[in-house]
Amino acid sequence: MENNDKLVIGGREFNSRFILGSGKYSLSLIKAAVENAGAELITLAVRRANTKEHENILDHIPEGVTLLPNTSGARNAEEAVRIARLAKELGCGDFVKIEIMRDTKYLLPDNAETIKATEILAKEGFIVMPYMYPDLNTARDLVNAGAASVMPLASPIGSNKGLATRDFIQILIDEIDLPIIVDAGIGRPSQACEAMEMGAAAVMSNTALATAGDLPMMADAFRKAVEAGRQAYLSGLGRVLVRGASPSDTLTGFLRD
Amino acid sequence: MMENNFLFDSEGLSEEALKRKHKLENDPSCRTDHMKYMNDQEQIKSDILEKVMTEFDSYDYSTYTALDVSRALQKNTIGVEEFKALLSPAAEPFLEQMAEKARIETRKHFGNTVYLFTPLYIANYCENYCVYCGFNCYNHIRRMKLSMEQIEHEMKVIADSGMEEILILTGESKTMSDVKYIGEACKLARKYFRMVGVEIYPVNVEDYKYLHECGVDYVTVFQETYDNVKYETLHLAGHKRVWPYRFEAQERALMGGMRGIAGSALLGLSDFRKDALATGLHMYFLQRKYPHAEISLSCPRLRPIVNNDKINHMDVGERQLCQVLCAYRLFLPFAGITVSSRETKSFRDGIVKIAATKISAGVSTGIGDHESKYTGKENAEEGDEQFEIADTRSFETMYKDMSEEGLQPVLNDYLYV
Repeated sequence: MENNDKLVIGGREFNSRFILGSGKYSLSLIKAAVENAGAELITLAVRRANTKEHENILDHIPEGVTLLPNTSGARNAEEAVRIARLAKELGCGDFVKIEIMRDTKYLLPDNAETIKATEILAKEGFIVMPYMYPDLNTARDLVNAGAASVMPLASPIGSNKGLATRDFIQILIDEIDLPIIVDAGIGRPSQACEAMEMGAAAVMSNTALATAGDLPMMADAFRKAVEAGRQAYLSGLGRVLVRGASPSDTLTGFLRD
Repeated sequence: MMENNFLFDSEGLSEEALKRKHKLENDPSCRTDHMKYMNDQEQIKSDILEKVMTEFDSYDYSTYTALDVSRALQKNTIGVEEFKALLSPAAEPFLEQMAEKARIETRKHFGNTVYLFTPLYIANYCENYCVYCGFNCYNHIRRMKLSMEQIEHEMKVIADSGMEEILILTGESKTMSDVKYIGEACKLARKYFRMVGVEIYPVNVEDYKYLHECGVDYVTVFQETYDNVKYETLHLAGHKRVWPYRFEAQERALMGGMRGIAGSALLGLSDFRKDALATGLHMYFLQRKYPHAEISLSCPRLRPIVNNDKINHMDVGERQLCQVLCAYRLFLPFAGITVSSRETKSFRDGIVKIAATKISAGVSTGIGDHESKYTGKENAEEGDEQFEIADTRSFETMYKDMSEEGLQPVLNDYLYV
């Protein structure tokens, strides 16, 4: 299949629709994970890159991959803005994934603060990709604030529980014109595939790979699942019959014109 | 329960000092009220102490059965009741299952990372008489307080080894090591390290605020034991004697703007199952009240000290310690767990695969001796150690060992914002 189906974020084009996390596995596996996942975007915590020469995570990311620095550790908009600016200083480019959490137990994002940070950073020229709890009003506010995509969570970070917020993500996909990228909680390739079938623009995963028995093989499995889901979405899913049969006598058969 | 033989008279004490010491040991009526705050100790409004102690007082671990434990292990969310079951003797036969479940939780939340840090003791003067501690004021040891130049020198030596996270410690002397002195040391630490924590005597909110401005974001305070009656018999004199003021230290630290706090009982002082319950609940209620706070737990066991090599961890064997750590992990899956160099290499190598997320390396609990310990260069002036360590691995060796265990050592995952 000729690939003219590009993911466009902030004017940049990507062939891959799988975004890879980097924070939970060995640095030596990052290269293999990127290659097997076919990933073109990789997230990294700015705070993890705030290190001396010994094993800096930045040194392990292959060339040609776009960095998506995240603001994890930020507890409010102001801290997120400061971390994003630091990312730029560290040479991480102009993409930023906003993560603002003021709950260390579930790591659920603070939507209100995320809107504020998005507005400030978009004005400063960042390509802002906010991580959020799937809420339509927030998503609309993020669009107005200048976000380049919206990243709703499927379930809590690290939980591998899959699309717990499925119906609400579907609403975002249906109503928001920006790419909807499903982030957090995707535990297995089949769930990534399902998100893509629903019409998500991309899927991001970290823990699912990090906790796999064979990380590179799992990366490969995710790549295939995301591609399969995307193709299924583009081809138009077949109908699902209610109650297992199609009635031959239709309810509206009596209508005469 | 068997008791440690803590009391001994170290050589070099004056007759008058010995007399005072023996009176404190033998005549409870001459000791101060350990539940009453001293004049300079801030009293905050908090319900956490009461919540923890209600559970602590009513916890009868002998009532839990194998059925309670297996039910707990089948649950997705471990609540207070399940935590109690997992800490009970009935859970001991389930240790392997607990470890398996704990490992899954640890990997979910932390991946295969393990954080490395080192402690730096800058002074060992102490105004307290805590009978089990090497720094106690009646233990005749080499005392020392490092100057800022000496501190900087120590920091350079440690930073050169590759370490990026440091924990600054002092003995508990407010006069010899005042908050200003500690703050200045922390400012220096910010120059050489990415992350700075302190483990010092508990202070008031204003002081925590000041230390935060000096670059500190993490505060560790060990409650030693949550059994306040037992506490009274072990902490015979000094400001540390005030039990509730110590209990509220982490909360004051958070009120002062610190990002994270750590706490624990010192296992082996009292009934370890009840102390472990209180430790977990203390951190649990703090996180509920301050959801943004980063919570972390330790699990120190008693160790021999200078002049008393008979002190030991009593009935807290490695299996019991492992049980406690697995229970912590299952009850607080998101919390950091630190395992100190009090434990052996084999225990630490094993436990980081199950529940622990942070270990120290290149450790000295003495004063001003990093250069001699790291490079072998003689140093005439050194202060004695707080306790004996069991795992003496250097930073480099630890990094290599952890990598070989299949773990990714992380030197820093933090930003001061």
